Amino acid sequence: MNGLPPELWQSVWLTVELAAITTIILLVVATPLAWWLARTKAWWAEAIATVIALPLVLPPTVLGFYLLVTLGPNGPGGWIASLWGGRTLAFTFEGLVIGSVLYSMPFVVQPIRNAFAAIGDRPLEVAATLRSSPWRAFWTVAVPQARPGFLTGAVLGFAHTVGEFGLVLMIGGNIPGQTKVLSVAIYDYVEASRWHEANILAGGMVIFAFAVILTMTLIDKRSAAVRP
Amino acid sequence: MRLSKSVRLAIGIATWVLTSTNLPAAQTNVAVAANFTEVAKEIAAAFKAKTGHEAVLSFGASGQFYTQITQGAPFQVLLSADDARPKKLIDDGLAVPGSNFTYAVGKLVLWSKTPGLVKGEETLKAASFAKLAIINPVAAPYGAAAVETMKFLKVYDALKPKIVEGATVIQAFQFVETGNAELGFVALSQLVGSDAGSRWLVPQEFYSPIRQDAVLLKTGAANEAATGFIAFIRSPEARSIIEKYGYVLDGQS
Repeated sequence: MNGLPPELWQSVWLTVELAAITTIILLVVATPLAWWLARTKAWWAEAIATVIALPLVLPPTVLGFYLLVTLGPNGPGGWIASLWGGRTLAFTFEGLVIGSVLYSMPFVVQPIRNAFAAIGDRPLEVAATLRSSPWRAFWTVAVPQARPGFLTGAVLGFAHTVGEFGLVLMIGGNIPGQTKVLSVAIYDYVEASRWHEANILAGGMVIFAFAVILTMTLIDKRSAAVRP
Repeated sequence: MRLSKSVRLAIGIATWVLTSTNLPAAQTNVAVAANFTEVAKEIAAAFKAKTGHEAVLSFGASGQFYTQITQGAPFQVLLSADDARPKKLIDDGLAVPGSNFTYAVGKLVLWSKTPGLVKGEETLKAASFAKLAIINPVAAPYGAAAVETMKFLKVYDALKPKIVEGATVIQAFQFVETGNAELGFVALSQLVGSDAGSRWLVPQEFYSPIRQDAVLLKTGAANEAATGFIAFIRSPEARSIIEKYGYVLDGQS
């Protein structure tokens, strides 16, 4: 397209990659977590749920600050990085994935937890009387019924990772192709008064956000219509 | 009747406040380049002690301030980290022509928290480190000066994969401070008051002088605190504060 710098598209792809990997990890982590939260009667479960929900309330700079220290050479991140000869997880794609997983977790766990909770005990009890193992009941009864929750969680998790700014600015280091994601690229273009490029990226984000919310609303409507 | 009475009272008070020659103090919003944070705080305190006027300081990247000012941000004075943006604001018709002047010349330092790591230009040439922090060279002149220095020493291409960029001098400093980058190019002013680690004051001939210019914005032309503050920066009192923090004054080098 008319002379757009290639680094612009590099940022777009990097962001999509980061959001996709984060979403996949989150679906794997969030499913058992949400299931446990929806079913358990443990009194401390709400404390765990609250910890997961913290990024909803805290500014991204709080998480960014602690990650900068934790990922660094004197924190656990430095130890992990030393496994493959690095000294810090800051400024790496892996570091961004860790940050994004923490940051986007509530957006995935909560819809799935709500979907699981909405099923109630009855269908699982019925499955048990039909001699279905709890594992099988989970996959054949609970997961299909909670599908809208998974969809909402995946879409929100992806979208929030794409939209993340404060955190990646603080731990990213702005390395093209590795940590320079879309939101930081927009910030850079605005700083440099390159309105044309900023406009393309920012405008694209508006369209993307519109598509996300519209898709979610349509999913919601459809699943409501399908339910008996 | 009661309403109009209170309205009259309000007008009376407003008139009294506006015409009162003994105004308590004026206030001005000053946008300050991040590298000048500590100095500006001390200058603002001295300014208040002397005149009673208050300078409310905002700290950030000069590029960000330029963008904000073009979009109507309520600043009356800009202490930029470069001399290009104040000139640009005058060209844009947003600042008072001729009000720009160099309040400080910045000094670039290569700094590490590890004692003995930074020895001089040979540290850059040997490149036995994983990450080198600089400030975003597009947004801040200290970053541009760092790139210039590396190009002067012909090590830029070799070091490029090791460079991490902070959005402001403060962030680049934090990258080194937290140990995530072993060393970084920062402003000398950030290291004043501490001897920790190792450092190399980059010779001035390796990069173009970082002339930090101040400018009076048109929104502050009639503001007593704004004009007072910009005049105060030129006073011997403010200049001694600026020198104390590791800046060179205009005309020296």
